[in-house]
Amino acid sequence: MAVMARPRGMVREEVVDRFATEKSIAGWNILVAFLALALGGLMGVLQVLQYNGIDLYRPLKAILPGGYYQGLTLHGVLNVLVFTTFYIIGFLTFIAAKAFDRPLASKGMAWFTFYFMVAGLLIAAVPILLNRATVMFTFYPPLKANGFYYLGLTMVVVGTYFLLVNLVMTYRAWRKENPAAKTPLAAYMSIITMTMWVIATFGIATEMIFLLIPWAFGLVPGTDVLLARTLFWFTGHPIVYFWLLPAYISWYTLVPKQAGGKLFSEPMARVSFVLFLVLSVPIGIHHQYTDPGISQIWKLVHFIFTVGVFFPSLLTFFNVVASLEHAGRSRGGEGWLAWIFALPWKEPSFTTQVFAMLLFAFGGAGGVINASYNLNLVVHNTSWISGHFHLTVGSAVALTFMGITYWLVPYLTGRALWSKGLGLAQAWLWLIGMILFSHFMHMLGLHGMPRRTMIGAAPYVLPEWKLLLPFTMIGGLLMFTSALCFLVNTLMTIYAGRREEPAEVPFAKALSGPEDVPAVLDRFWPWVLGSLVLVAINYGPTLYFLVSTGRFNIPGLSPW
Amino acid sequence: MIKNDEKFIGYIFEVAWILPSVAIPVAVITAVVLTAFAVGIRVPDVVGRIEPKAIAVTAPFDQPGLRELAPGKYEAAIVAQVFLFTPNEIEIPAGSEVTFVLTSRDVIHGFKIVGTAVNMMVVPGQISKLTVRFDQPGEYLIVCHEYCGSGHHVMSGKVIVQ
Ligand code: HEM
Ligand SMILES: [Cu+2]
Repeated sequence: MAVMARPRGMVREEVVDRFATEKSIAGWNILVAFLALALGGLMGVLQVLQYNGIDLYRPLKAILPGGYYQGLTLHGVLNVLVFTTFYIIGFLTFIAAKAFDRPLASKGMAWFTFYFMVAGLLIAAVPILLNRATVMFTFYPPLKANGFYYLGLTMVVVGTYFLLVNLVMTYRAWRKENPAAKTPLAAYMSIITMTMWVIATFGIATEMIFLLIPWAFGLVPGTDVLLARTLFWFTGHPIVYFWLLPAYISWYTLVPKQAGGKLFSEPMARVSFVLFLVLSVPIGIHHQYTDPGISQIWKLVHFIFTVGVFFPSLLTFFNVVASLEHAGRSRGGEGWLAWIFALPWKEPSFTTQVFAMLLFAFGGAGGVINASYNLNLVVHNTSWISGHFHLTVGSAVALTFMGITYWLVPYLTGRALWSKGLGLAQAWLWLIGMILFSHFMHMLGLHGMPRRTMIGAAPYVLPEWKLLLPFTMIGGLLMFTSALCFLVNTLMTIYAGRREEPAEVPFAKALSGPEDVPAVLDRFWPWVLGSLVLVAINYGPTLYFLVSTGRFNIPGLSPW
Repeated sequence: MIKNDEKFIGYIFEVAWILPSVAIPVAVITAVVLTAFAVGIRVPDVVGRIEPKAIAVTAPFDQPGLRELAPGKYEAAIVAQVFLFTPNEIEIPAGSEVTFVLTSRDVIHGFKIVGTAVNMMVVPGQISKLTVRFDQPGEYLIVCHEYCGSGHHVMSGKVIVQ
């Protein structure tokens, strides 16, 4: 409770702080996010230990009656639903307001967003903790959880909508006063991100409201499994861009400045964001290559559009690396690659985020394999996939959010980061731990080890797996140590950091800036329309087919 | 002036990067489409729906097991349920082509034959189907790779190729 009461005091006092609300909201969201990550990360350690025959679920039986699978549900829900969503809402609330240089249009709505999400979180937490929702974070029916699990998660999602409404209201007000200016880059990107997300959630919202909630509360006797699954992945793929784009906002609009340089090209950055808005949603069937009941043709179409997303991803890669190079050279670096050494590697916020980018490059390359239609047959649902997404959401996103926190918490509290050394140690530990963990998870996947499986208790463990498994444990323990360093550093900053005048928010200027941005890259509607049209084309026939042939007669089971 | 020069160089780099950013995706698409349609490595397609309650009276699941369709060509009809496959072991001579046809009685299961391209989801109400050739003799592990409940990690089987 003492901890819970803290963030109010966390926020720096100013004579008149126009951004007091945004700052407390950011603080509270970050607090919830990292509490989730702490518990979620702990579950991760239990998993790698179990892989290697060290079963800590037995002594924990009283608090974790569902053992491995309840723990894994917690791990997934806490890390990729709670940690990500709360951090993103907090960060975007703050960064968009700062970029507009005006507080959000409605303070009340901003708080409502947070309270509504917390209410949803608490409602969903009860069944998970009581082992009544051991259905993973993907909750595929007909695994049947307690209805409050679905209801709570739906509330968290619906809560996020209010941020979009608030951002749009703020944009309108800003536009009135600045009829000719280009929308500040970070604000434009925040609105694009939230718009993409709201379009993306049509799938999960429909699944929850029309299928799962009535079914779980006993209002209808059965459900249609494949339709529910397809609606899930309608959201389940673009959700990864909802996690990633806020990290990109940091890489594009903040990191170049932290590195000591400028963003290479603002128009190119905008091109990549509008393409993510258009292309993120209509490709979800690439998670269903191995599903029956969905036509090969639509699988192939979604594959082709998925490959289309490589384009904005490669643009991002270029733009971000070019910005870093510019920074390196501005700091006196020279040569083809030697400029890298001129970058500020002693700054934890910078270093963690560059490591996040580095790990993401590997994750992206592996993602090409996953996305590749029939090549997916080799890796689908093996631990290759776990290896993959620990590089993407588990590093590109999680590590970037930690990096942002290294300047944001000092900014919010008016206290210097407690220890730069610990911050750097944290970055290096995560890098090394993650390289080990994910490399060996990928290898295990290629040798056929299934994911979401209590391997330590499986009767069929192959000899090759036994050789590789210990390395996942070493990697996992290093990662967990890193997470602990991070938490200690953040808490010590809040409680014991040296008071200092907070720096500015490190918004970067651009080499090719707003003056080079064509009008269409400062608009929203053309891209929203493009997205909706593509969604209708790519999903329309499959959804129509599934609904019209659906039988809604699968009763469901809770076999745990 | 200097600023404009910098920008011009910037544009050249942008174009130089955009070309491979287009070429790489195009190459990936071409390669995959070729393997899918020329080499014939396919993913599961629409087969049809099935009433889970009527599995016991719906062919081929009324008699789960291996059937020889033609010399060297087999069909293996398998039913998945918590936490087992029926049958969970099949034996075939090397060089056989086997079509695996599956459905589930209860929740979603996974079906992966380690070391082959057989990898599919087994969904209640749906029929899943993939064909593969076994050339190398040996034992192939079958795992359920979708979480299906507290006994998920024991759900397995094998293909024995003589
Ligand atoms: C503290 C270090 C961590 C360790 C040791 C760890 C370990 C693991 C392991 C071994 C699995 C596979 C379990 C299985 O398939 O049976 C797993 C799954 C997963 N991890 Fe982590 N993890 C860590 C941190 C993270 C982070 C930071 C994220 C994301 C922000 C994350 C997201 C996930 C997700 C989404 C899954 C899949 C859950 C599911 O299949 O439902 N993990 N983790
Ligand atoms: Cu199973």
